[in-house]
Amino acid sequence: MRNDGRPIPTLEVSAAQQQIHLHTFFILQEVTATSRHYVDRLFDPDPQNVLQGVIDMKNAVIGNNKQKANLIVLGAVPRLLYLLQQSSSSLELRTECAVVLGSLAMGTENNIKSLVDCHIIPALLQGLLCSDLIFIEACLRCLRTVFISPVTPVQLLYTDPTVIPHLMSLLSRSRHTKEYITQIFAHCCKTPEHQTVLFNHSAIQNIAPLLISPSDKVRMQALKCFSVLAYENTQVSMTLVNVLVDGEQLSQVFVRMMQRDKPIEMQLTAAKCLTYMCRAGAIRTDDNCIILKTLPCLVRMCSKERLLEERVEGAETLAYLMEPDVELQRIASFTDHLVSMLADYFKYPSSVSAITDIKRLDHDLKHAHELRQAAFKLYASLGSNDEDIRKKITETENMMDRIVSGLSESSIKVRLAAVRCLHSLSRSVQQLRTSFHDHAVWKPLMKLLQNAPDEVLVMASSTLCNLLLEFSPSKEPILDSGVIELLCSLTQSDSPALRVNGIWALMNMAFQADQKVKVEIVRALGTEQLFRLLSDPDTNVLMKTLGLLRNLLSTRPHIDQIMSSHGKQIMQAVTLILEGEHSIEVKEQTLCILANIADGNTAKELIMTNDDMLQKIKYYMGHSNVKLQLAATFCISNLIWNEEDGSQERQDKLKDMGFVDILHKLTQASDPNLCDRAKTAMQQYLA
Amino acid sequence: MEPRQESVIPASGRDYRSSSQDSMSSVTQRWTVWNCAALLCQTSARILVWLLGLLYFSSLPLGIYLLIMQNTTMGVLMVSLVPVSLLIVMVWQAVGIDGRNQIAMSGPSSGCGFLMSVVVHGDLALSEQEKELNQRLRSLYPAVNEQETPLPRSWSPKDKFSYIGLSQNNLRVHYKGHGKTPKDAASVRATHPIPAACGVYYFEVKIISKGRDGYMGIGLSAQGVNMNRLPGWDKHSYGYHGDDGHSFCSSGTGQPYGPTFTTGDVIGCCVNLINNTCFYTKNGHSLGIAFTDLPSNLYPTVGLQTPGEVVDANFGQHPFVFDIEDYMREWRTKIQAQIDRFPIGEREGEWQAMIQKMVASYLVHHSYCATAEAFAKSTDQAVHEELASIKNRQKIQKLVLSGRMGEAIETTQQLYPSLLERNSDLLFMLKVRQFIEMVNGTDSEVRCLGGRSPKSQDSYPGSPRLFNSPVHKASSSQTYQTSTYYIHKIFFLPAWVKKHLTKMILQKSGLLHQKKNFYTEVEMEVDHFSNGVSESSSNGFLNGSSTHGIDLEELDSAQSKRQLCGGSQAAIERMIQFGRELQSMSEHLRRERGKNSANKKMLKDAFSLLAYSDPWNSPVGYQLDSIQREPVCSTLNSAILETHNLPKQPPLALAVGQAAQCLSLMARTGSGSCAFASVDDYLH
Repeated sequence: MRNDGRPIPTLEVSAAQQQIHLHTFFILQEVTATSRHYVDRLFDPDPQNVLQGVIDMKNAVIGNNKQKANLIVLGAVPRLLYLLQQSSSSLELRTECAVVLGSLAMGTENNIKSLVDCHIIPALLQGLLCSDLIFIEACLRCLRTVFISPVTPVQLLYTDPTVIPHLMSLLSRSRHTKEYITQIFAHCCKTPEHQTVLFNHSAIQNIAPLLISPSDKVRMQALKCFSVLAYENTQVSMTLVNVLVDGEQLSQVFVRMMQRDKPIEMQLTAAKCLTYMCRAGAIRTDDNCIILKTLPCLVRMCSKERLLEERVEGAETLAYLMEPDVELQRIASFTDHLVSMLADYFKYPSSVSAITDIKRLDHDLKHAHELRQAAFKLYASLGSNDEDIRKKITETENMMDRIVSGLSESSIKVRLAAVRCLHSLSRSVQQLRTSFHDHAVWKPLMKLLQNAPDEVLVMASSTLCNLLLEFSPSKEPILDSGVIELLCSLTQSDSPALRVNGIWALMNMAFQADQKVKVEIVRALGTEQLFRLLSDPDTNVLMKTLGLLRNLLSTRPHIDQIMSSHGKQIMQAVTLILEGEHSIEVKEQTLCILANIADGNTAKELIMTNDDMLQKIKYYMGHSNVKLQLAATFCISNLIWNEEDGSQERQDKLKDMGFVDILHKLTQASDPNLCDRAKTAMQQYLA
Repeated sequence: MEPRQESVIPASGRDYRSSSQDSMSSVTQRWTVWNCAALLCQTSARILVWLLGLLYFSSLPLGIYLLIMQNTTMGVLMVSLVPVSLLIVMVWQAVGIDGRNQIAMSGPSSGCGFLMSVVVHGDLALSEQEKELNQRLRSLYPAVNEQETPLPRSWSPKDKFSYIGLSQNNLRVHYKGHGKTPKDAASVRATHPIPAACGVYYFEVKIISKGRDGYMGIGLSAQGVNMNRLPGWDKHSYGYHGDDGHSFCSSGTGQPYGPTFTTGDVIGCCVNLINNTCFYTKNGHSLGIAFTDLPSNLYPTVGLQTPGEVVDANFGQHPFVFDIEDYMREWRTKIQAQIDRFPIGEREGEWQAMIQKMVASYLVHHSYCATAEAFAKSTDQAVHEELASIKNRQKIQKLVLSGRMGEAIETTQQLYPSLLERNSDLLFMLKVRQFIEMVNGTDSEVRCLGGRSPKSQDSYPGSPRLFNSPVHKASSSQTYQTSTYYIHKIFFLPAWVKKHLTKMILQKSGLLHQKKNFYTEVEMEVDHFSNGVSESSSNGFLNGSSTHGIDLEELDSAQSKRQLCGGSQAAIERMIQFGRELQSMSEHLRRERGKNSANKKMLKDAFSLLAYSDPWNSPVGYQLDSIQREPVCSTLNSAILETHNLPKQPPLALAVGQAAQCLSLMARTGSGSCAFASVDDYLH
């Protein structure tokens, strides 16, 4: 039934369109003629006639997109702009010109483009310098309409540095100037630079009083301004908390705007403001206005009663709010059935809408991706810390299937969000063991890793790291699918995050792995790349590489085998790091590698024959940091271990080098671990 | 003429407010009655203590009386009883280590005084809490008529299983059974079911201790559901359980619902009586809908199952953790939006015509004749009453509203000769009002005596009170007020009191001296009085003739200068004489037509005004407010209209009344939306 039903309406539509098209073809000529007349009158020598012409034009274009397009095509805009800028024309005429231009801007996006191309913005901004309020308001109305269009480059507002201060000074002139200017700011503040410019021109002090304006529109635009100003901006957020409006703290004003009887848009925007202030550290996450007001308000925004757009924004803001705080995640997880409420985000377009209502289907389709990605984001945020919440999420109906299908969706946004969600859930040992394996999530994940933009790759490889953990049952099938090559190629990436994830995954993979896997890793990575990674500027990469080395050099036969083939290079690298300027953690990790090498049968000799290395170990045994002392002692203890061949000679040599004295000293160390370790080492001598 | 007529309109718009004030005061009264009843039911022991206390404390005034009557021995004994016993108690407390306990256990003879003071103190704290509770409940559920459907205020000591113990004014619940099996579960219901007129009802329970296993259930149940169970297990029973966080909807098996709860948590239960759903909150966070399709008349219920479990209820005694007002706000806007968007369809024209008719009839009814004429003209309607008749009514109403009752009665008798003769209750009411206006100094008779306001038929000041503000020096008005106090005592208190007082005054020399003072002060007052007249006649009257623009603020500033009957001695005498006439009229009425409690109360309230040195700031001072003229005015107006066979009430008022009735009917039939559709909200 459904298959039969679909094409018919589309056929009807196209037929109707054709009809309209034919129809308009005839009308067009007529319209063009009258439009021509309007434009001609703009060039009349009598200024009174020109004024009347502009007024007639104003009445003709209202609500008539066709007429607007015609006039633009016929070149009315440059003439109107000329009249507007001409100081000789009367104020009335200039005002009417601005009104007509504002009306033209109300049309399609193409209209806006043509207007911007005619340099309408500088002309109107120039017009703001006039002293007449009505003219200023007309100019601002037109500017507002132009600037809120997505096709207008917002940078045009900032090219002339005098514009912003002038707008600030106009702000308090009238109710309309307040509304239009705040609306322009709210739409034109897109980057941190814009925020700073507005902030430096004391936007906060100027706009704050508007939050208690009697006009709903002004309040709303002022609120929007604050939400864009505070977004990821610590400076603005910190200032906002200390602002008083009519003796009341701004956060309390926002809380009042979140009351349930206020318009939804206002509730949502106020919640956004508080969220941004909270994330910037200006409000604590355990503040009542966050826990008891903002969070429940955002959860309400996710409910089925809200519009699709509001649900998307609500979910995204909520995800952002609670990302770093486990307590907020816990509270949100049981507020108003949020977890199951989100499952509803995946039911668009619903089967009902497809049959009954084409318009609704279109609407649903448009928002379906947005809804899904918002839900994934929120799930990711919810599950990022708490095991119980992760369990609750994975138990939601069809959750894993949805993630799996989300991973291969066409929209990058959805894919990214799905991976984030998967990554968040992959932190759970239990889920790794059960649902992840049951749904073979590694397959779409591997596919996603083949060719994806960097941001997706970062998330996906990070998830892969978790999937490659030793206890994960997915580890085997992933290994079989040629993941090593892929990870090695990631380590050569330009992005440090990708390099870390690549080497991290390799490290996880090498943990207690088979000889075969280890050899394969070393082969695929190549010693050259290993060296390059050891000199990586990113400490994280270095740490994980050392970790990989340590994991590779774990059991005795493996140590000997790897050291026999790559011993020279590894020793070189170790020397390099121990000599270099590195953090304690890095050196500790390196000493641990040395200790592992010292555990090998043949590999020992590589250290024993290297006096320089022994001196280094001696140095670190006397280091001020206990961790380094411990690692170095470990190394020595391995070298002098009794039950192995040639232990006597090694003991003697090391005794000659003065290690015994140091060990003796260390047995009196205050740290119990170090003390124990030194004692065990000393026992080797005694035995 | 025109602008003055319009200025009357806003005054009558206020009668809605005054009526709501009425209902509010009656509500408070009801509550106190209810409280008394509850107290009586709770403990008969407490009554005994009260009686003892009454006897005990009445010994002091009795002793004084006896002393006055020169029965010295008994008098001294009686007077000293209270201080002596208090002294004993204080000494006891100082000597005793754990005073309170010992006294509580010791015999009633010596400890009685202290025990009493403890009880009294406890009741003070209790009444403080009760006051807060009443206030919160009234603001949360303004639509609830507590006479019909009382709100739950505590757990019911009668409607509980025996394993449940109650304490702390029946707000704390603890388990006292064995708690071995689910068969040992026990529940308690609140004293009353949740009234539908709440719209949204909410209560909270704090877990004081989770006891052994924390098998606690919080929820709702209907009357008669087995109390040997946890809420939710049976039909018409609903609960949220702490041990597993499941919700139980009339079933032994629960559904996963929310988090578990334990010691220290505050669990709230919200019943939405509009869509018959219920959601819970934990520590101020909503957990989402738990139950739908709830039946009506459910009781708040808690159930406990293992030893050591203790929970405290908050039915509004304390502020709630969850912001329930915010949730209510959402539903109020929802309901109001529903009303605003009520579809009229194609009958829009009909509606408009109907509304215009109603407005026109309202204007005619209240005899705003010029406005009515203009309105009828612009909306093409006919006026069903003669213009002259409207104007007559208007004239009378204006007299009443400006406080010139004497003239109003006279005019009514002239224009409608038989009306007041037939309707003696109405006449009595008018006369009582006249008496009040005399006290106020606004009645024409009193005013002529004051010699300030000539009877000018055309000038009807909007706020006549401005006339009676002679400018006295503070000190003189002070002395005057103390002296008038005695006048009231002597002339208007019941006869036996009067006699007694006089006797007392004469017997005691100190008081006799006072009496002398009293006479001299009255004489002095006459001197002052001439001062007052000269000043105010120039000042006050000028003000009065241009009063229309003056608002209430200035009235308030004038308040401090107000004088009884406008401050004129002659007027006071006239007023007193009038009072006597009124008294005899009342007696006459009673003889003729039997007792009439309304009349009696009216007269009593009016006379009570004289018992205070400053009647305007006394508990009965509200009678002097010009708003109180409005009910009198409308009663008179209705009576006149009835003689013309016209409706007693305008259709608009009828419609408003009907809407209010509909709302109370909705409340009775369980439609919660009535809570957010108050008629007053629509009368701006």
